[in-house]
Amino acid sequence: MNAKFYSYLSGLLASAVLAGAAFALIGVHVRSHHLVFGHEFLIGAILLLAVVQAGVQLRLFLHLGLNKSARWNLAVFISTFSLILIVVLGSLWIMNHLNYNMTPQQVNDYMMRSENMFR
Amino acid sequence: MNEALPAIGFQRQERVAFGFWVYLMTDLISFAALFAAFSVLRGSTFGGPDGADLFNLPFVFAETMLLLVSSFTCGLAVLAAEQNKQPRALIWLAVTFLLGGGFLALELNEFSRLVAEGNGPQRSAFLSAFFALVGTHGLHIAVGLLWMAVVALVIWRRGLSSKNFSNLLRLGLFWHFLDIVWIFIFTIVYLMGVL
Repeated sequence: MNAKFYSYLSGLLASAVLAGAAFALIGVHVRSHHLVFGHEFLIGAILLLAVVQAGVQLRLFLHLGLNKSARWNLAVFISTFSLILIVVLGSLWIMNHLNYNMTPQQVNDYMMRSENMFR
Repeated sequence: MNEALPAIGFQRQERVAFGFWVYLMTDLISFAALFAAFSVLRGSTFGGPDGADLFNLPFVFAETMLLLVSSFTCGLAVLAAEQNKQPRALIWLAVTFLLGGGFLALELNEFSRLVAEGNGPQRSAFLSAFFALVGTHGLHIAVGLLWMAVVALVIWRRGLSSKNFSNLLRLGLFWHFLDIVWIFIFTIVYLMGVL
């Protein structure tokens, strides 16, 4: 067995642990009737686990890295990644603020609800 | 094999692999658009069920593990082919095919259950976005399985020529790529869906 086999094996084990941790966190939360862990913490934690797992698989399964032969692959990946950030975060940002551009009365109602102010 | 050719053949193979990598990255952008649409529409259930009503986490965990292990065995198939061990490469490809087929069967089972319960893509914007995103991934898996069957058949009949090997290498890239997309599907669609 050579080094590449161990890179695939460690990729499998690390990914299984990271995915298991994400499912366990949410499972504990749901089973406790949403009492254990706050939503912001959980969303941050599982997104972080997903990014780490994607990094693990890019490195250990797809062998993406700084070595000379894969440098252009990495360059294309980084530019794609920035496009994805713009598309996803940009969409969420715009669509979540779209409600602030309604007619004045609607904006008023929306903001009262959104900021937890009740008349 | 001709002594003068391998270096050129290798360079060509690398160029082809790079071109395929660029295709994968553009495919990733189309997935990003579907993820953006899903994230925007996830709350628009039109009075219908949301993720917490519909998703079954142990079921999704089983799908996740099937696809993860299939990504691993696909790597082992490429590794065996690199070492010119044809029977072993074919066995690992067969294992990968079964695991990937199991994943697709589970996903189709989930889809048909949702549609049978009246929660198909026309139920709400949330479910339209759900079926578009997860269905596109499933379609990629189905195409990958078809490709895998063809690659395995060609390697079985004609051996591990450098052309067949380079085909297998691209299939490996494609399959690992689909598992990486799935990480974000189970995190953003399913895990964040039941919160």
